[in-house]
Amino acid sequence: MHIHKFEKIWLILGTVTLVAFLSTIGIQAFTSPDHAPPSDLTTIEPEEVETTAPFDEPGLKKVGENEYELVMILQSFGFTPGEVEIPQGAKVKFIVTSIDVVHGFEVAGTNINMMVTPGHINSMTYTFDEKGSFLILCNEYCGIGHHYMSAELEVK
Amino acid sequence: MVHQLDSRLSMAHFYVAFAAIFVGGLFGLLQALVRSEMITLPPSMNYYQILTAHGILMAIVFTTFFIFGFMYASVARTTGSLSNMARKSGWIGFIIMTVGVILTVVMILANEATVLYTFYAPLQANPLFYIALALIIIGTYFASFAIIKQYADWRKANPGQRSPLIAFMAVATLVLWLIATIGVVIAVVFQFIPWSLGWVDEINVVLSRTLFWYFGHPLVYFWLLPAYMAWYVIVPKVIKGKIFSDSLARLAFLLFILFSIPVGFHHQLLESGISHGWKFLQVVLTFAVIVPSLMTAFALFATFEISGRARGGRGLFGWFKKLPWRDVRFFAPFAGMVIFIPAGAGGIINASNQMNQVIHNTIWVTGHFHLTVGATVAITFFGISYWLIPHLKGRVMTERVNDLGIYQTVIWVFGMLIMSGAMHFSGLLGNPRRTQVTSYNGHEVASQWGAYEVGMAVGGSFLFISLILYIILMINLSFFAPKGNEEFPIAEASENAQETPKILENWKVWIGIAFALILFAYTIPIMDMIQHSPPGSKGFKFW
Repeated sequence: MHIHKFEKIWLILGTVTLVAFLSTIGIQAFTSPDHAPPSDLTTIEPEEVETTAPFDEPGLKKVGENEYELVMILQSFGFTPGEVEIPQGAKVKFIVTSIDVVHGFEVAGTNINMMVTPGHINSMTYTFDEKGSFLILCNEYCGIGHHYMSAELEVK
Repeated sequence: MVHQLDSRLSMAHFYVAFAAIFVGGLFGLLQALVRSEMITLPPSMNYYQILTAHGILMAIVFTTFFIFGFMYASVARTTGSLSNMARKSGWIGFIIMTVGVILTVVMILANEATVLYTFYAPLQANPLFYIALALIIIGTYFASFAIIKQYADWRKANPGQRSPLIAFMAVATLVLWLIATIGVVIAVVFQFIPWSLGWVDEINVVLSRTLFWYFGHPLVYFWLLPAYMAWYVIVPKVIKGKIFSDSLARLAFLLFILFSIPVGFHHQLLESGISHGWKFLQVVLTFAVIVPSLMTAFALFATFEISGRARGGRGLFGWFKKLPWRDVRFFAPFAGMVIFIPAGAGGIINASNQMNQVIHNTIWVTGHFHLTVGATVAITFFGISYWLIPHLKGRVMTERVNDLGIYQTVIWVFGMLIMSGAMHFSGLLGNPRRTQVTSYNGHEVASQWGAYEVGMAVGGSFLFISLILYIILMINLSFFAPKGNEEFPIAEASENAQETPKILENWKVWIGIAFALILFAYTIPIMDMIQHSPPGSKGFKFW
């Protein structure tokens, strides 16, 4: 098939750029674990969340030198726990699930963002280098009180 | 000329489309005003209810009805009057779709289906809502049959000849639609309807979301490709130019079929239950769609340059000034194309694996699809309707309507830039989408979004003003404009273009490749979702 010379150049340039960008994304995503999008495969019975570990004891747990696990349950229209305090520089692994519908887990202004679907646990890790009051909110419509669903995370 | 009987079929679709965009647009304005806390809704109505109605009326009803109206007219214009069988099938499709739409709207207004237009399980709407959605899709199957049958008849009657480009493109768009809807049909028929009727207790949420997005992403190309039909075939004629390359145009459409379907996971990047490797594979396939997009951009601007130079434009950019800027038939689609440049760039960001983390489910995404569908597609459709409605009704677009059409386009672009710009910027700050108010008890992080919310309301108000002007002009063009003959512009391929290879019209080959890609991208993850299925969910009604 005939392709105009300039169009060929245009398409080759475009394709080369595309390959370069995709390689960058791919290398980053597969070599550094914190850069892969949250893709936890663990399943859980949504109606038995509160009696299943680790969700039988939601909250912050220290697991190492300034390293924490934060276990949270999401339900329309709130987070359990609703207030969390961590020290500056803490590395936090968020472990979350939903006991009813689909929710979003977002810490506004950071890269912490994941979908929380019933039947699955989702998780991701983030290090809080700066002090401040962070807003955790639900960013997936979960019913009429969706806009009230939030929690606070204080980095001291 | 489009035969009168075919005009009537097209116009029926346009009337529904115009009604949908008007009501949907009104709901859109209300949302912007509620979100910025300028008004509160009466207790009988809730924000999420009108959000559901806005999404369905704009994204499903307006687009689908407009697209079929445009396709019937295009096919009848280029392949001759529809056969009786095709026309009958078209009308059956129209009636089923319309019944589906009315039922959907009734269920939403009755507050039985406040589940947003993505209807994610396990929020559970009234079964009639899912049945209504199924009716809309079944209606489109009759409509698709009508157009494909007409095209097949033409090819049979003209063996060995290259089919009219616009008819080919219509069929390509429908092939994409037919393959894509398989996902949502399976989800609605085998998951949502039995579950909402209580025949089964639980639903596999991840599977339903995957089937939805298998359909949900190509759906946006189903909106976009008819706009491309106008860009490739109509606009060159309006500027008195030729189609840059018939074969490349066909190839671009085929590549859109291949690369827009096996990519739904990029909407589910932040979800548990799908492993990271499969997500990345679909990210790569998503990005392949950039190739036909670049082909399109090149071909269109090449057409503009050639035509501008033929009119005496000199120098590197002199041709640009020679384009018919005062002709709304050119101006509106051109505005759509220009907006598609930032819109496409935003789309690349959204689909970029870990970059999605920053904007996922923020109002950035809403800003993105208001640029793509709400601006690029909608403005191109406006541009089409300015000549197509009078053509079908045996009237003419007067100069006055043309000028008002340009104002209407400018106001729409202006409103969309303000609204969508505000959405993009505040989305980067974390402002979530699909949320009634975002003050969060005055939390300091949320307080920085307030100004942007006002921006959205201002932009939304301009959009509504533009919409009222549009509806007035459409009523004028349908019923009051002077009688006469408005041109249905169809461009010819450039005489420099070479013969189109036969393979481009061999549907078996392309549909085969499409299915191979889909099986490659989806089989293992879906088997996994079924074999290691998470515990199912019962339904919830939280509204």
